[in-house]
Amino acid sequence: MGEPSESSSERTMQSGEWAWKNTWNLLLGAVLLATVIFNVTQSSGYLSVDNFVNLFELHIEKVIVVVTMTFVIIAGEIDLSVAAVMAWSAAVLAALHENGVPLAAAIVVALAASGVVGLIHGFLIARVGLPSLVVTLAGLIGWRGAARVLVEDRSIGDFPGWFDRLGQQDLIGPLPLAVVIFIVLFAVGWVVLDRTATGRVLYVIGDNADVARYSAVNVVRIRFGLFLASSLAAGLAGVLFAARLGTVRGDLATGFELEIITIVLLGGVSIFGGSGRMSGVALAVLIVLNLRNGFGLANVGGNTQTGVIGAILIGSVLARNAIDRLHGRVRSPRSRPPGSAVTASTEPAGI
Amino acid sequence: MSISDVAIAVPVRTRVRRHWLRPERVKELSLVAVLGVAFVVFSLVVDDYLSSRFISRLLIAISITAVLAAGEAIVIITRNIDLSIGAIVGVSAYLTAEFLASHQGLPAVLAVMMAVAIGVVLGLVNGVLVAFAKVPSIIVTLGTLAIFRSLLVNHAGGKTISTGDLPQWLVDMPSSTLFTIGDYEVRTMFVMALVIVVVLQLVLQYTRGGRHLYAVGSNPEAARQAGLRSKRVLLLAFVVAGGLAGFAGFLFVARFGTINVTAGSGLELAAIAAAVVGGVSTLGGSGTVVGAFLGAVLIAVLDQSLVRVEQISEFWRDAILGALIVLAVLLDVALGRRLRARAREEIVSEAGRESSASSAIPQGATHG
Repeated sequence: MGEPSESSSERTMQSGEWAWKNTWNLLLGAVLLATVIFNVTQSSGYLSVDNFVNLFELHIEKVIVVVTMTFVIIAGEIDLSVAAVMAWSAAVLAALHENGVPLAAAIVVALAASGVVGLIHGFLIARVGLPSLVVTLAGLIGWRGAARVLVEDRSIGDFPGWFDRLGQQDLIGPLPLAVVIFIVLFAVGWVVLDRTATGRVLYVIGDNADVARYSAVNVVRIRFGLFLASSLAAGLAGVLFAARLGTVRGDLATGFELEIITIVLLGGVSIFGGSGRMSGVALAVLIVLNLRNGFGLANVGGNTQTGVIGAILIGSVLARNAIDRLHGRVRSPRSRPPGSAVTASTEPAGI
Repeated sequence: MSISDVAIAVPVRTRVRRHWLRPERVKELSLVAVLGVAFVVFSLVVDDYLSSRFISRLLIAISITAVLAAGEAIVIITRNIDLSIGAIVGVSAYLTAEFLASHQGLPAVLAVMMAVAIGVVLGLVNGVLVAFAKVPSIIVTLGTLAIFRSLLVNHAGGKTISTGDLPQWLVDMPSSTLFTIGDYEVRTMFVMALVIVVVLQLVLQYTRGGRHLYAVGSNPEAARQAGLRSKRVLLLAFVVAGGLAGFAGFLFVARFGTINVTAGSGLELAAIAAAVVGGVSTLGGSGTVVGAFLGAVLIAVLDQSLVRVEQISEFWRDAILGALIVLAVLLDVALGRRLRARAREEIVSEAGRESSASSAIPQGATHG
């Protein structure tokens, strides 16, 4: 009964996908061009290499996590805990440093601490089958709380010189360590998503986890890996953030999840999972960074910037819905809320 | 009989049967037990723990979280989430306080109506985006959380409204007592919150609109096929949550007196924690406002008690909350699986009795 209609819907989906991807990346390109032109007219030194590197450096912790968040959302999940995990790993680092542990060892333990977070999230989501939305929301509250337990309302700093230099000094040419790490991570992410079997499998899981399961894909292991990677990236970003700022406080990185998720969705990754490209996310990273810079040049305050980021977040999904409807592939959001691993499989199979 | 009929029949049948230990009861009872343990432990380690001053402070603290948790519960029951209510509290609290500062003679009723109306308008924004523009609620409210707060900061420009600017009746409200039980004074603000909770519980339990919330949350597709106006139901849920957050903003002004642009930030997390710990299922379709109220009580108890325990830092609160949420969800999933299995057995045996040629075995239909 289902076969003919299935294959025809698949065909429209493919052509729709093609047209939609181009529409979206063209739109992103146009927006990027507009922001760059605006910035150039505002500041003469804008198109220098130094300024470009500086642009990345100011938000490098967020864009590092963007890479793993792209994977998570493509697989139909969400991770709201990333900013809290950044604070948690930075807090572990700071607390150990305060108690006389050599910093190199403290860094290793801090990264391991974020790995533990990933294992817990992965276990609860992939093995037990809890919705990622809830687990990582609990994580958002809990890990921030754990960070607070460690640093309370103090501000811990006074790190050795080499750690501060690690965060601030150029490593390769004009690029500091954090930017190098981002470039490597982004490149690896791009290759994995576009060129490997694991990448393809992420799309399948995001599109329909049941289909993936029936195709002998080890969905549990992949989901486990996703949340481990997400927390590790956040932990790494937290350590880098501590190095760049030179101090650690309990409210470090508060609210960063907003901008991270915004960049991923602006990049054309569907919040319902199953589609999105690194090329789009790369454009979105450039847009948001340039926009931030442009706002700075135009003297728009940080608070308004956050509001605009929020509007972009909603706007990207609205625009995507509109284009999808134009291409005739409407998907009802509530039939598959993001991160609802449990409900997705109990749904009627399409009658 | 199609699969959606079966799905709709499940909650109906279980309700009619009235198992003495329905999941809601189990969850509420375990929460009451946790609360009991918390009270016992705290009174063992803190001298004069249950002093009347402490109870008064506790009741005031509960009132704000309980109102917010009720709204959050309603949204979560529809299988959505609202992260923006903390920001709505901030906007409503600030604007109401600002208006009262320049209009001292404004009657209390109008002040409350103003606060609620602000919340309703902001809730409407969320609701339209979720119900009609089909943007997932997590995205909408993560965005509006930033937008509302940002608009407020731009509007206020760093100004703070302090107790001295507010009319006296409002400043006196937190200490106003409705009646006393022994040494304990029952605060008016707490009674207001309690009335809201009871009314909402009755509305959710016994009215058609209330049942629709559960239907949409437990199976959106089936609710749509059964002819429910799901969009309207969703819109209503967000508007009610917004209105309640607006009212909580009013309570916030009364409680703290000094209002700046960060008012209410982070309260959404406390409200979600209260609802989820209180047994509102994040899978939608189950949970009670009374449960969310109990969750709010637990959070307020932790909040107000940890400060008084010398051995533990008060910073433990959020770490404990995170763990409690996970435990609550684990309990929810475990109970849900048992209930589903039982409901399936009942349907199968009943279908077998009613007609031997029945094909309504959900197990087979899902993979069909």
